[in-house]
Amino acid sequence: MELMPPERRQLQQLATELNALHAELIDDDRLEEWPGLFATDCNYTVIARENFDRNLSLAAIFCDSRGMLVDRIVSLRKANIYPVHSYRHILGPSRLISTSGLQVKIQTNYTVLMTRTDGHTTIYNCGKYIDEIDCTGDRPVFISKLVVFDTNLIDTMMVRPI
Amino acid sequence: MNDTTLNENLTSLQAASVGCRVPYRVFTDPDYYQREQENIFKGETWSFVALEAEVPEPGDFKSTFIGETPVIVTRASDGAIHVVVNRCAHRGALVCREVRGNRPNLECVYHQWAYDLAGNLIGVPFRRGLKGQGGMPGDFDMKQHGLKKLRAASVGGLVFASFSETVEPLHDFLGPIVVEQIERVMCKPIQVLGDQRQFVHGNWKLYAENTRDPYHASLLHLFHNTFGLYRSTQTGKSVMDASKRHSLLYSIAASNDDAADKQAYGDSRTFDAEFKLQDASLLKGRQEFDDGVTLVILAVFPNLVLQQIQNTLAVRQIVTKGADAFELVWTHFGYTDDDAEMQAIRLKQANLIGPAGLISMEDGEAVEIVQNAIVGEHQATSYVAMGGGRTEDADHLVTEGAIIGFWENYEKLVGYGTTS
Repeated sequence: MELMPPERRQLQQLATELNALHAELIDDDRLEEWPGLFATDCNYTVIARENFDRNLSLAAIFCDSRGMLVDRIVSLRKANIYPVHSYRHILGPSRLISTSGLQVKIQTNYTVLMTRTDGHTTIYNCGKYIDEIDCTGDRPVFISKLVVFDTNLIDTMMVRPI
Repeated sequence: MNDTTLNENLTSLQAASVGCRVPYRVFTDPDYYQREQENIFKGETWSFVALEAEVPEPGDFKSTFIGETPVIVTRASDGAIHVVVNRCAHRGALVCREVRGNRPNLECVYHQWAYDLAGNLIGVPFRRGLKGQGGMPGDFDMKQHGLKKLRAASVGGLVFASFSETVEPLHDFLGPIVVEQIERVMCKPIQVLGDQRQFVHGNWKLYAENTRDPYHASLLHLFHNTFGLYRSTQTGKSVMDASKRHSLLYSIAASNDDAADKQAYGDSRTFDAEFKLQDASLLKGRQEFDDGVTLVILAVFPNLVLQQIQNTLAVRQIVTKGADAFELVWTHFGYTDDDAEMQAIRLKQANLIGPAGLISMEDGEAVEIVQNAIVGEHQATSYVAMGGGRTEDADHLVTEGAIIGFWENYEKLVGYGTTS
């Protein structure tokens, strides 16, 4: 068995922590801080597996700048009407797919549980993250976060990031 | 009492008599749901089932539903489109268990009964028995045991099907206004961009109302109003077909006057000059129709909405899931001749619609807050009267006339009376 070189392990650790923080900011409703985890010039796509598997690009959420992420959050806070709810992300282990210098591509399974005001918690969405993360700066940031969800049937609406 | 007062009293009496009242029990009582399945979805109507572009090649199939009944849409080797009930003629198993695919024929996995793409039975294993034992009775006639075939017809690449042998032809059922609007959007070959599915915890008719309701669009949806994508002050119309079953809402962005709108909407929650986008590319589009119309919601009785919102084009299919739930299947499309920029515009503007749509997500909540409030209510009714309370077309967007048109048709097909 070949052991992971220290640099690779360190990159994986950084990427794992970034995803943990991503989940924490969403679950704890610190959504204003969430866009800060992304590069200015980034991609954030949340797409149904049935489209992804057919090579169709239509996504539920498709943002190609950090500005669009901010707009999503401002819209959630000020514009949109939706049932009160919270998320809880459960993340699986992250696997390093490839590295290029200090940029990594990493894949992680996730489950999002949703709790509404009636107190019921349901499995809201599950799928995988395919992330491209830049670790060259003082802190890692997502260059691209591709969320492919198995839960093709969305329960009522999707307003929070996954 | 002077004449003025008398007239006022008469007017208020008349006013009290107009308007449409819908008993809330029709949204919650399973008895109505069952009657709707028989009298609407299996009755004298045509239901939308697919875009032809979803089954472009011979052998392509799509499984879907009419009301709650599973059906299969196929394209046979001769190019014809067929719609059959997805239920084996033998012992009732689902013949097609995938959402979509391509195959030379349809075969039930349970006992391998095989059907051609038109639904004719073509194979029964051990039909003549094995070693002289078993087998089907001698008078077993394959022709009598096909899948249940529905009438199928298309307009502008939209496929509809009917359980009824007696329903008027599809073109007549839709009427000229609906046909013209379908052909307006389906003016050239389309390309499917993808599907979105949404589960709404509410009765399907609340969505039928929602999509015939120009009144709510600027009051519920801040995006529509604040960014001028839709305002009731815009030039637009709410019109119906002759039977009042279907509804066409359309509006023209930028036909309004921002200063006057500020007065019209006052301090409405959804008219928010402070709300700005950091990245306005979301709203950048192209005018692609010569008529200048930027928003079309074509609600086709009983289960379809064809929509254009800016540059997003989509069909929304309602699939009923009991009295208190439905699924909404959004199939987005563009044209096969879209250039790269147009494709990018459509994919970005898709952020506005669907279950995660900055506009459309709110309709799911609108349906659910009604459903949650009317639970257990058997006598009370809604009151629908905006615009005059009659089933009339309007050349403005402050009306609920098309909702009343829906209910008049509902009353004819299902009725408000209880059977139990």
